[in-house]
Amino acid sequence: MLDIEIDGKALQVVEGSTIIDAAHQLGTYIPHFCYHKKLSIAANCRMCLVQVEKAPKPMPACATPVTNGMKVQTHSEQAVKAQKGVMEFLLINHPLDCPICDQGGECLLQDLAVGYGASASRYQEEKRVVMNKNLGPLVATDMTRCINCTRCVRFTQEIAGLMELGQAYRGEHAEIMSFIGQTVDSELSGNIIDLCPVGALTSKPFRFSARTWELARRKSVSPHDGLGSPLIVQTKHDKVMRVLPLENEEINECWLSDKDRFSYEALNSPERLTRPMLKHGGQWIEVEWQQALDYVAHAFKDIAKNHGAAALGALLSPHATLEELHLGQKLMRGLGSGNVDFRLRQSDFSQDGQGTPWLGMKIAEIGSLDRVLVVGSFLRKDHPLIAQRLRQAVKRGAQVSLVHSADDDQLLKAHAKAIVLPSQLPQLLAQVVKCAAELKGVSVDAAITALAVSEKAKAIAESLLSGTRAAIFLGNFAQQHEQAATLQALAQLLAKITGANFGFLGEAANSVGGYVANALPGADGLNAGQMLAEPRHGYLILNAEVELDSARPLQALAALKQAATVVLLSPFKLPGALDYADVLLPVSPFSETSGSFINTEGRVQSFNAVVRPLGETRPAWKVLRVLGNLLNLPGFDQDSSEQVRAEVLGAATPTPEFVTDRLANPLSDVANNVANNVAIKLDAGPNGLERVADVAIYSADVLVRRAPSLQKTRDAASPAARMNAVTLQQCGVSAGQELRVRQGEGQAQLFAVLDAGLPDGAVRIAAAHPKVAGLAAMHGAITVEAL
Amino acid sequence: MSFQPILTAGLDPATGDATWHLDDYVKRGGYAALKKIFAENITPEAVIAEVKKSSLRGRGGAGFPSGLKWSFMPKAYAGAKYLCCNSDEGEPGTFKDRDLLRYNPHQVIEGMAIAAYAMGTERGYNYIHGEVWELYDRFEQALAEARAAGYIGQNILGSNFSFELFAHHGYGAYICGEETALLDSIEGKKGQPRYKPPFPASFGLYGKPTTINNTETFAAVPWIINNGGDKYLELGKPNNGGSKLFSVSGHVVRPGNYEVPMGLPFAELLKMAGGIRGGRRLKACIPGGSSAPVLPAEIVMECTMDYDSIAKAGSMLGSGAVIVMDESTCMVRALERLSYFYFEESCGQCTPCREGTGWLYRVVHRIEHGQGRPDDLDLLNSVTDNIMGRTICALGDAASLPVRSFIKHFAAEFEYHIEHKKCLVPPEVQKEGSKIYVRPSC
Repeated sequence: MLDIEIDGKALQVVEGSTIIDAAHQLGTYIPHFCYHKKLSIAANCRMCLVQVEKAPKPMPACATPVTNGMKVQTHSEQAVKAQKGVMEFLLINHPLDCPICDQGGECLLQDLAVGYGASASRYQEEKRVVMNKNLGPLVATDMTRCINCTRCVRFTQEIAGLMELGQAYRGEHAEIMSFIGQTVDSELSGNIIDLCPVGALTSKPFRFSARTWELARRKSVSPHDGLGSPLIVQTKHDKVMRVLPLENEEINECWLSDKDRFSYEALNSPERLTRPMLKHGGQWIEVEWQQALDYVAHAFKDIAKNHGAAALGALLSPHATLEELHLGQKLMRGLGSGNVDFRLRQSDFSQDGQGTPWLGMKIAEIGSLDRVLVVGSFLRKDHPLIAQRLRQAVKRGAQVSLVHSADDDQLLKAHAKAIVLPSQLPQLLAQVVKCAAELKGVSVDAAITALAVSEKAKAIAESLLSGTRAAIFLGNFAQQHEQAATLQALAQLLAKITGANFGFLGEAANSVGGYVANALPGADGLNAGQMLAEPRHGYLILNAEVELDSARPLQALAALKQAATVVLLSPFKLPGALDYADVLLPVSPFSETSGSFINTEGRVQSFNAVVRPLGETRPAWKVLRVLGNLLNLPGFDQDSSEQVRAEVLGAATPTPEFVTDRLANPLSDVANNVANNVAIKLDAGPNGLERVADVAIYSADVLVRRAPSLQKTRDAASPAARMNAVTLQQCGVSAGQELRVRQGEGQAQLFAVLDAGLPDGAVRIAAAHPKVAGLAAMHGAITVEAL
Repeated sequence: MSFQPILTAGLDPATGDATWHLDDYVKRGGYAALKKIFAENITPEAVIAEVKKSSLRGRGGAGFPSGLKWSFMPKAYAGAKYLCCNSDEGEPGTFKDRDLLRYNPHQVIEGMAIAAYAMGTERGYNYIHGEVWELYDRFEQALAEARAAGYIGQNILGSNFSFELFAHHGYGAYICGEETALLDSIEGKKGQPRYKPPFPASFGLYGKPTTINNTETFAAVPWIINNGGDKYLELGKPNNGGSKLFSVSGHVVRPGNYEVPMGLPFAELLKMAGGIRGGRRLKACIPGGSSAPVLPAEIVMECTMDYDSIAKAGSMLGSGAVIVMDESTCMVRALERLSYFYFEESCGQCTPCREGTGWLYRVVHRIEHGQGRPDDLDLLNSVTDNIMGRTICALGDAASLPVRSFIKHFAAEFEYHIEHKKCLVPPEVQKEGSKIYVRPSC
């Protein structure tokens, strides 16, 4: 510890601290622009100059390391003169037109100019003009306002992992720009808007639509990926205007993914369903709530009476709230049916009953891991901020290895990578298990010991065993895999052998919550796959586009089309549902209801509505509760979502922060698991081409599919048939050619794209997009022919 | 006085372009110092001690004692260490490294090899200014010769010391002569100075301990090893050891590089350059490159050419670029040109320099063009106040010092410009002084 004095106040700071760190510890504010706690030190704005005893010149507080006995004056005459001098320089070329700047009112330069700027400028010459840049559909530029602090440059390089911005030219001509002709395509790009201390980078969807002081700030939680980023939702006149991160060091730090930040645009979409609707004689008519709910109650009662309650099924969404999932499953069970599920993209359910998959650790602990294996994950796009944490861990020396079917650039230096066909993933993982078992002297199943071990598998096993804090994570692709249970069993076995933590990277905001709410089939019930493979008479669908969100879209659509009654609870008029549904009930998106999400680390985060429901929209938990009443079911008398939550989580602890005590990735039973429950099938897979399906980041859920700006990004490009050069040649097609792709009964017309990151024989076609809804499944055999 | 040149020994400007090769250099006694080290088993510590004794100071401009700088390099460092030569000579008035590399590249190579041996570095780079491309080519050829003869490369002269040396060229940015910007440029980044600390000796090229010296500094090293540090010091003045190349330019009869012992009176140097052209009188002199404060004739004529004397007079010896201005010079116009240079060469990284150099230039420009305002001189001084000592590197100071010194010593001329919207020096006199000058006997 070092003893120092700032403005006469003595304090102790740890060695290696800078003056600005020490000042923050003391609560002393030092003006600054380029300094940011999460970015490297640039010391270029010079605003934080302070007086240091014995130093001949003022020193930048952000870059000057503290020495023992140092005496710092932050507001002395020398310091303030220096700060005012810098402010004058910053302002000479900065437009002084705050009233027409989108940043006005929330601008660091504006704020500090009040304290350090002069009332008139001594600079009489012409000001600099800088041409604007096209950074894509999310970030607007006003580059004349730029003060060259390079926070955005450092962010893209250090946090997002790819230097998409840089400072070109010299001196007064210096400009921040992207590479020529390129936009900023990072899935974290929106953060540069927050980082920009002036109005040079602003939000394209939001700009000029409201002033910061007109906006109410409300807390909420992101309904998208498994991280559950805390949000500040800003509203005006009961309309969501924009979304900002609510800082939480344990979850999102100070960042937000673009999906979390810009998906709010869908809340104001013209596709919003604002009144209940019934299909009458093939025509949709708007009706009153009472009429719609009576219709639903009658229809479900009829089906239960005539065909048995098992003819009913509920397909819920992992993006629904805990309360909605709970009442949804309770309604179905009240009617006598155990057919409930929320895991629509899962296709292997043989691990059911073996635990509640979760991260297995705290998100905040990811950064302190030194060995990580990620199995089957489009990491950056599926979990942008977890990928960011791993990226920082790698910089600190962690080794991250990847086992996957596509070699997308995760923008982190992977220690070892094994990219194989989906059908080969279990075998590859088993090789790692074998190698680890040999190194540790543990005996494993004969099916595993019989395998030949590849170099890559060996490198991964050795890496896992060489660290002190290892973790193995199964990504979305592994969870959606046809042999997900085998992959899980092998990963668990590997974790047990290597002493690594084992966990799942939760796909959706409530992937854990669905388990906690028991939105799962009971012993007598059918899971999501079975409900669609064995069509039911009646379906209750909550907040999902089943024909896009299911593992087998073609089968799903057929099942829904043949059903006598399909009731959809959704904030949107889903185009597919207009065809197959019979009742549309407008329910609130996350912004218009209270509720809770349980994120992938088991953290319960509750939130309130930030705006009033649009039109006749009602919170889904209320709709389900009234439906329960109409069906005369017991236990549907909750008055608030808090009561529903208490029912799920236990009244004794109405708001537990974590529910990790009831989550389990059953490591202890691994040996039994492998031996008894899950036969490790290490077969060759289909003879021919195999489909690799990712769920593109901006088509993952109902909300994000309707966010116009996100849909203009490169990540939202229409699906293509991606193959490596060998596969293209094997199929006799070339990149850019239009193809007919056939899978099962279905087909789709796509363009061929060369993707060197795929294994031979793989055809990568994104799922969850209308263009590919005609394909049978997210995996399995597929054929390609030139059109 | 029987001064024997060190850096230019045995060189003849008339035939110099043909005698730069390895054979010629060896004939002149080249690579003897390197051979001596291995023949006599001189330890690296002893080499550094000798350089310290010589009082050799950095010839790039800052004048930092070279032996001391070398001793900062961590001795027992496990990883790579680097040695860099700063040949990014870009300051107006400076052209000495150019001639060293043109006529005597092997002396620089030998000096670098000795320095590398002293500091235990196995890899070096010579960063050559991008506007003297032919010298880059020549240095590459010299390197090939030295490599073939075993003076650089693996196991130099049969010893177990290895040193690989490479040439690297910039693209002409003045800022890349700042040592940390030079390192960034070698790394393939945009050349921008780094904030110090950490200093290159602990965090230099690719984050490894690195020493950077000027071309002329390296070129002096072989002589020091051959003849001893004491002898070198004796050549000059105490604390100002050895000889120095001065690039004399401006209104002199014979502009060019002159190697003289440190401490030579300025008047002598001026005489060597043939005095002022056309019988006019000396008006002012910038003694150390364009960033050094200007000195009026009466002060500079009293100076001797060494670090301490020039500093005492209120300027800097800098890189030894002596810019001579006679009475036909308009000081406002001269300053305008200098300010434009710094405005154009500021890297744009930190605020005071990025914004301030342009402001300085514009105000000087408007004074020169008859649009000056009465308070412009105060404004200029105030702006330089806000730049100096507030920037990441010394370019901010370098841009400010000329402005302050020109105003300080030639205030009347500036005031005349502002008041009368024209120059104190009549245009026809200026025109006469800026005529292309043909040397009488050459």
